[in-house]
Amino acid sequence: MIIDINFIGLIIASIMASAVPLILASCGELITERSGVLNLGVEGMMIIGAISGFALMTVTESLIIAVFGAMLAGVLISTIFAFLTQTLITNHVATGLALTIFGIGISAMIGKNFVGIPGKEFPVLFEGLKDIIPLLGPILFGHSIVFYFAFALPFITSYFLKKTKIGLIVRAVGDSPESASNQGINVRLVRYACILYGGAMSGLAGAYLSMIYTPQWIENMTGGRGWIALALVVFSTWNPIKILIGAMIFGGLTIIQFHMQAIGVRIPVQFLTALPYIVTIIVLVVISRDSRKIRLSTPSSLGKSFHKDN
Amino acid sequence: MIKIVKRDQPSRAIFFFTPVLAIFLTLVAGGLIFFILGFKPFEALKFFFIVPIADKYGFSELLLKATPLCLIAIGLSFCFKSNNWNIGAEGQLTFGAIVSGGIALLFYEQEGFYILPIVILAGAIGGMLYASIPAILKTYFNTNEILVSLMLVYVSKLILDYLVVGPWSNPEGFNFPETRQFSDSAKLPLLFEGLRIHAGIFLALAAVVISWFVFYKTYLGFQMKVSGFSLKTAKYAGYKGKKMIILVFLISGACAGLAGVGEITGPIGQLHREISPDYGFTAIIVAFLGRLHPVGIIFASLVVAITYLGAETAQIFMQIPKYTGQVFQGMILFFLLASDYLLFFKFKFIGSKK
Repeated sequence: MIIDINFIGLIIASIMASAVPLILASCGELITERSGVLNLGVEGMMIIGAISGFALMTVTESLIIAVFGAMLAGVLISTIFAFLTQTLITNHVATGLALTIFGIGISAMIGKNFVGIPGKEFPVLFEGLKDIIPLLGPILFGHSIVFYFAFALPFITSYFLKKTKIGLIVRAVGDSPESASNQGINVRLVRYACILYGGAMSGLAGAYLSMIYTPQWIENMTGGRGWIALALVVFSTWNPIKILIGAMIFGGLTIIQFHMQAIGVRIPVQFLTALPYIVTIIVLVVISRDSRKIRLSTPSSLGKSFHKDN
Repeated sequence: MIKIVKRDQPSRAIFFFTPVLAIFLTLVAGGLIFFILGFKPFEALKFFFIVPIADKYGFSELLLKATPLCLIAIGLSFCFKSNNWNIGAEGQLTFGAIVSGGIALLFYEQEGFYILPIVILAGAIGGMLYASIPAILKTYFNTNEILVSLMLVYVSKLILDYLVVGPWSNPEGFNFPETRQFSDSAKLPLLFEGLRIHAGIFLALAAVVISWFVFYKTYLGFQMKVSGFSLKTAKYAGYKGKKMIILVFLISGACAGLAGVGEITGPIGQLHREISPDYGFTAIIVAFLGRLHPVGIIFASLVVAITYLGAETAQIFMQIPKYTGQVFQGMILFFLLASDYLLFFKFKFIGSKK
């Protein structure tokens, strides 16, 4: 059997494509968590982004409005979370769960009239270069702009956290809100901003699913990707570059499952579908076993409310 | 002028008043949403909250839906009181249903008084086994229980799917994804002729009584309370933290497993793909709305059960998608958490001194 080298390229490209929503949502959540806030509402924000992007695209037929609208929708829904956890000092875990339940419900409500409508085609870049270079061509070219942005994002995030002043402030707020506050930093404001940013990235991740990856609207179409994104942040030990690696592994598991079925491997399809979830658990166990390492890399105030008496 | 002042002590009266306030605010916000969608708000709310329970049949359906919610929420309150975030009750319910369903299928052409107790016990054990995974990983491998218990929900649903499509599917079932019907001996008895409410409600009530006793009359209940307030204090007092974590997970897994048994040996009578409309997740809201108090949870499960029925009625009469129920559930939790602010802070009116 001759394996076409371009076929391998296509498989790698499809793995990367399925990693895109995970990278986007994880990088967003990473910033939120670095500021000390644990937002378990990623799944809810993603699904809101998915329906908003798809609906705006169908109604306005404008890519820009749809993509930015989805991000704005993510920001708006995360504002509820920010207001509750930062202004009203509610429990992060419970509020995040409420956000997910609420988001899934609202998205289905909005999406009622958009079920069964075929999605519009999303333009891709460098289409012509795809066939010129073997192997690398399909990997590097012919993708949407969101795809390229996603693969740049971990590096941008890493640079932002390590090299910029605002990044330093975010880390300070997450590691020691008391000292940051004493330095005159408005902890609440920084956390608000980080939560809204996380919302925007989750919204974009959702829009990628409904507008580019599988251009249609299906109720509950995020299918747990938001939760895997949350697990990826732990997997990465809050290091954006490692998110890239993790997302590729999970993307790979998703794609392999299709190809194993295609070549007739006799494993029940349900087992293959369950694989990413099982692997997530195993990876979490391996990562967390060393409690000292986890404690060193976890933002110290993660999930704890901060309230300045005035 | 109004000033926000911190209370010296959280107010106990407000502790039990805020859930009522949260429900009221949810109704107001829900009416607003219906209005935006172009429905008459009061009529829509009537279809959602009053029409479904206006007759005998509706009331039986309400109890039918409230039973698993109450049972699971009681179990979860053990976890939440002691600061353990088990959010995978849906998976424990599913796995309990799988184990008990498997036992029930073994007896499918037999009758006997001993079958039902075995099936029920199997469900509780199934739920406990499944809950023990996040518990053991948390205690011995330091793994986050939120993510593990949640990932296991997806896994359990896929196991169920595999079984009802493959090895356990009804040989005479024309390839429908479902098992055989259980024998009558493996089904919970119905309480009234013509209504679906079944004996499972007694399991829920028993759980309420037992949990009340454990919370307020035993040393374990006291330990849980202390650990919930401060893990450091609990450690200082010399409580065996690991043992307690595993115990509360087992209790909550058993309750979720029993809820699964109640569904498949009650209204369903077999295994198929959709044995639970996310009762395991909704029960989290019930537990909070009931303030982790056994009696509070009874009321909360009734209130939240209405959102299920209301969503069904609204779908039939007004073509509103059934997911509206989830919107209401999410809002109840939002408003409840928000109104907790009143527990710790109060508004003080200060006379305008110039």
